Amino acid sequence: MGYMVDTAFIVKFTPLYIEAMGLVLELCFFGVLFSLIIGLFCAIVRYYRIPVLRSAAGVYIELSRNTPLVIQLFFLYFGLPRVGITFDSFTCAVTGLSFLGGSYMAEAFRGGLEAIGRGQIESGLSIGLSRSQLVRYVALPQALAVAAPALGANVIFLLKETSVVSIVALADLMSLAKDLIGLYYKTNEALLMLVAGYLILLLPLSGLFRFAERRLRYAGFGN
Amino acid sequence: MTDTMILDRLNAVKPAEERGAPLLEISHLRKEYDGVPALRDISLRIDKQEVVVVLGPSGCGKSTLLRCMNGLERIQAGEILLDGGVLTTEKTDWRLIRQKIGMVFQSYELFPHMTVLENILLGPLKVQKRKRKEAETAARVLLERVGLYEKRTAFPRQLSGGQKQRAAIIRALVMEPEIMLFDEITAALDPEMVREVLDVMLELARSRMTMVIVTHEMQFAKAAADRIVFMDEGEVVEDSPPGDFFVKPKTERARRFLNIFQF
Ligand SMILES: Nc1ncnc2c1ncn2[C@@H]1O[C@H](COP(=O)(O)OP(=O)(O)OP(=O)(O)O)[C@@H](O)[C@H]1O
Ligand SMILES: [Mg+2]
Repeated sequence: MGYMVDTAFIVKFTPLYIEAMGLVLELCFFGVLFSLIIGLFCAIVRYYRIPVLRSAAGVYIELSRNTPLVIQLFFLYFGLPRVGITFDSFTCAVTGLSFLGGSYMAEAFRGGLEAIGRGQIESGLSIGLSRSQLVRYVALPQALAVAAPALGANVIFLLKETSVVSIVALADLMSLAKDLIGLYYKTNEALLMLVAGYLILLLPLSGLFRFAERRLRYAGFGN
Repeated sequence: MTDTMILDRLNAVKPAEERGAPLLEISHLRKEYDGVPALRDISLRIDKQEVVVVLGPSGCGKSTLLRCMNGLERIQAGEILLDGGVLTTEKTDWRLIRQKIGMVFQSYELFPHMTVLENILLGPLKVQKRKRKEAETAARVLLERVGLYEKRTAFPRQLSGGQKQRAAIIRALVMEPEIMLFDEITAALDPEMVREVLDVMLELARSRMTMVIVTHEMQFAKAAADRIVFMDEGEVVEDSPPGDFFVKPKTERARRFLNIFQF
């Protein structure tokens, strides 16, 4: 059964897909950035057992890990306006992604920090380093090397999670494909381009992470 | 400061008149882990320029004692004084105190992501805010003294155990501490590397660095110590010059301990 791919359709809508890919990248970039900041903060607060903040971080992580992104976005986009707080779609999506990603990044950082032996911390203390100097010069560089694979996996996870942001009326790859199918019934072409769009984003990224991970392994810490 | 001035300062044998003044005084120190005492009632005085070797069976509290001395452990009772100042108050600024107390660990604990030189310069530059040039000169002098200057750009993983331990000693020494604490620093080393590290400590002893050394190397203890402190079950059981301790120990517990090392 010969099925001809409608190349004209593909050519026509490629710019829209590229635009959507741009949006996905942009969302992912800010989502990852804020996730890293939130994650690092939570991890350090928990690692040093800072009272109050530490339990707050714990509650946040539970909450973030146990609710789907769709629900989080729903709350931000439809729930908050009812109490008078409105965000635009993009802000909602980035906030949702960061809220979700922050807890995953926190766990990755924490894993890295906990891999650092007590002896490292004590030898840092014994030359007179302050707590913040310890984090900056001793703990973080080592924790990053350990956490790198998990951090990379989280970036890819967040990029895939952007596929639900159409709920806040953003034209990401997923919603574009859905719309095109609805309008033109070109299911095969639309899906083909959807898959291609994600692959073009994900493959180089995961390749980059694999490379970075190998480099870090070769750097092979260990006393 | 010129190189020669730094060199003179680092190589200087401390003037003998300082000798005998108390530097570190511990009185009625008690340390518990979850209600179980690790140190029961320790009183100990370490004078300036004195080399004190702490001996005792495994688990008797030697490491705990050293760790209390530089605030790595919170104590339950007693007092520690450094140079007459009380360390064991709530307000103690351990960051300042620890610059005066160098500590070397059995497991080296060099920072694996830094070169030897970076390891050594971290304290002088970030904690003491010394000038890079001056700190580098001090580091060079010390590294040359222990034969490690060629290894300054190596990472810890590229060094032998003995080299790592010598680098760790320099990392503590470069802070110009008033007293050095050594916790079984040769215990993890291959036998052929033990010597090179003991030699460094012997040389420090000769330059009259004040030192508290926990070790199982009896020959070294005999050669280096001004005083032997023998501990058992969280208490100081004997405190005497090596000549007395090794020849005619006062207590049965010390005799039994020494007998193990006869064979
Ligand atoms: N972090 C800790 N938590 C609970 N108990 C501890 C801890 N550290 C040490 N102890 C206990 O305190 C006692 C003294 O331990 P310490 O490490 O000071 O002995 P040590 O004389 O250094 O022994 P070794 O020669 O084996 O190094 C031991 O009974 C040990 O089990
Ligand atoms: Mg010990």
